[in-house]
Amino acid sequence: MKLLLLVLLAIAAMPAAAALKVFATVPEWGALAREIGGDRVQVFTATTALQDAHHVDARPSLIARARSADLLIATGADLEVGWLPVVQRESGNPRIQSGQPGYFEAAQHVRLLDVPARLDRADGDVHAAGNPHIQTDPRNVLAVGEGLAARMAQLDPANAAAYRSGHAAFAERWRTQIKRWEAQAAPLKGVAVVSQHKAWPYLYDWLGMREVAALEPKPGVEPSLAHLALVRDQAATSRPRMVIRAAYNSARPAEWFAKEAKVPAVVLPFTVGAPEAADLTALFDTTVQRLLKGLGT
Amino acid sequence: MRSTSLIVLAACGALASIPASAADADLNALREEIAQMKQAYEQRIKALESRLEKAETTVVKAEASATQAQASARQAGARPAPANAFNPEISLILQGRYKDMKEVPERTITGFWPAAGHDHGGGAGEANQRGFSLDHSELAFGANIDPWWRGQLMLGVRDDEVEVEEAWVQTLGIGHGIGLKGGRIRSGIGYLNEQHAHAWDFADAPLMYTVMFGEHASYAQDGVQLKWVAPTETFIELGAEFGRGAEFPGTDRNKNGSNNGAIFAHVGGDLDASNNWRAGVSYLRTRARDREARFEDVGGLEAQGVFDGDSRTWLADFVWKWAPEGNAKYQNFKLQGEWFQRKEKGTLDCLDEDAVGNACDPLAVGASVLSDYKTRQSGWYLQGVYQFTPNWRAGVRYDRLDSGDRDFGINAANLVVDSYHPSRSSVMADYSWSEFSRLRLQYAHDKSMQGITDNQVTLQYIMSLGAHGTHKF
Repeated sequence: MKLLLLVLLAIAAMPAAAALKVFATVPEWGALAREIGGDRVQVFTATTALQDAHHVDARPSLIARARSADLLIATGADLEVGWLPVVQRESGNPRIQSGQPGYFEAAQHVRLLDVPARLDRADGDVHAAGNPHIQTDPRNVLAVGEGLAARMAQLDPANAAAYRSGHAAFAERWRTQIKRWEAQAAPLKGVAVVSQHKAWPYLYDWLGMREVAALEPKPGVEPSLAHLALVRDQAATSRPRMVIRAAYNSARPAEWFAKEAKVPAVVLPFTVGAPEAADLTALFDTTVQRLLKGLGT
Repeated sequence: MRSTSLIVLAACGALASIPASAADADLNALREEIAQMKQAYEQRIKALESRLEKAETTVVKAEASATQAQASARQAGARPAPANAFNPEISLILQGRYKDMKEVPERTITGFWPAAGHDHGGGAGEANQRGFSLDHSELAFGANIDPWWRGQLMLGVRDDEVEVEEAWVQTLGIGHGIGLKGGRIRSGIGYLNEQHAHAWDFADAPLMYTVMFGEHASYAQDGVQLKWVAPTETFIELGAEFGRGAEFPGTDRNKNGSNNGAIFAHVGGDLDASNNWRAGVSYLRTRARDREARFEDVGGLEAQGVFDGDSRTWLADFVWKWAPEGNAKYQNFKLQGEWFQRKEKGTLDCLDEDAVGNACDPLAVGASVLSDYKTRQSGWYLQGVYQFTPNWRAGVRYDRLDSGDRDFGINAANLVVDSYHPSRSSVMADYSWSEFSRLRLQYAHDKSMQGITDNQVTLQYIMSLGAHGTHKF
């Protein structure tokens, strides 16, 4: 009898196992899928906040996870170009191939910034479609969430209503939070900053900040001493208030510049999973707080 | 708009010139006609204006690069992409080197059947060129064909030769973890076999790959490959291949059906965020007919040996990668090793093609001696490469082979049967300006030829341009 109960319990627990399997290339989209789908989705995230999503290997574990995924969420705009195509092809999973409903590209749902006027690798590691670091603007998260919820509903019609209501609740909460962040971040408007890597155009666009220089001489090229000195000299006239880097960037260039130019070095979480950025809300809470702290307010 | 007002003026003039006595109906008809004319002109002007506008935007568009136009078209969602948007991804690999090494008239690895056959000019192959030389350049094309297929072509280009290194189509739509590839494919056996030379961590292939498969250091064939990825969190991949099997250690036998078979299994996973690994075992079975190589007879004269029979190769491989928190950009380490054993069984025909009167044909009358042939040989390599800044890497490698058991039957009395342990130690350091360019300096202490110690220094560049490359683990 006890055995029968156990079996029945196991069967009752089955739908949980049949959750929509999501493979997210970066933590922010994994977190977003969880916000929308709750426990109806089972999320695997390929990279962490301490990794550069452009420089990871097509690890065997990624192929194994992609093999059973129902939905692959990528940023797109060539961010994962060095490894994701291999993972897709080697997975033997037709659902997540490019062009299929199970392949979702976040960059398709927002307006991309920094679209290069010309394509030449002499300009560094440029992305043809534009800057792929779209998640640093919460309005982009909202736009991606809308597309993602619709896609999840399409892939898992049985739970479509739940995804829609999950998204509606998230969107409402998110809009209020955006207003709150914008109010908090008002002093940041027009503030001049230096970035280590050109990872923040969307953040600056959102908060009205000005990037006066980047420590990387070209996108993806490590800062050289000569270039650092040049940026320091320019700082005398451009007067940046802080230097900003992501948690996964090397600390040394930003710290060197901070010391030389006598401005604070601000480490932003960049994505979910970095210290003090356990979820999407915390990501922007921490981002705004650290920027304000850097400003000295 | 100026032209519009001109028409209106002209129309007014026309109206004014109409005699006042004209009937109202005529007047109305005329007015209508003029109004129609005006409308028609306005439409034509509008059309001209929009054409002009279009022409202007086309000029602007043409100035921007094709890809940018493609990107903006995708974002706007309305503008059509140019026809060449469907061109395949193209990438080009440029490789060249300077190599300083001993002059050896005929480079072979002592104790092993030379994969190059019985070519006399040991210097013909690019691996034997001293001084400045161009390695072969690689040209790769790839694209999705339709929702069900993907295709790829990889050409090796060198003087007087364009070689099809790989040309295959791959399914995208079977599902259940099944992947099917057909065409000319690099076999999935071992770890290094699928990698092209530009992806190697050293300037040359491990000795074991050279003795196993010859100068290309890779087993490729025209055939089909079936792979299956298990639905588990640990990576488990099983694969099988069948095909023409024309490459060494087999020979082209131009027959129906399959000439060989290969099976392999790979497992892999993450120990934690910093440590990833993959390991595998593979088996290749093929047949050779009239596989010829040059030998030395017991008297020091040249003889030719022709092998007919079965060749079976076992391979074991592993690779382990470490990067702090999985962030490989600033620092990472890669340890990789492979081992092989090959057993061959059949007959060896000892010939005297040049009629020099060797031990198999002392009277130089075209006689030959047929014997049994049975070998069991093995080898391995182990290498570690450490990237200690975003730009610099350094690595060491050790190669060792064992000529093992070589049973030539009665031909053992006619031919020299070398028994040797070829070995080589290599160190390298390379600098990468970006993920697309690399310059490498390598030193190797090479004892792969009995009685010769060759200290080799190689300076090599590897550059890739075009579509962003993707590499396997």
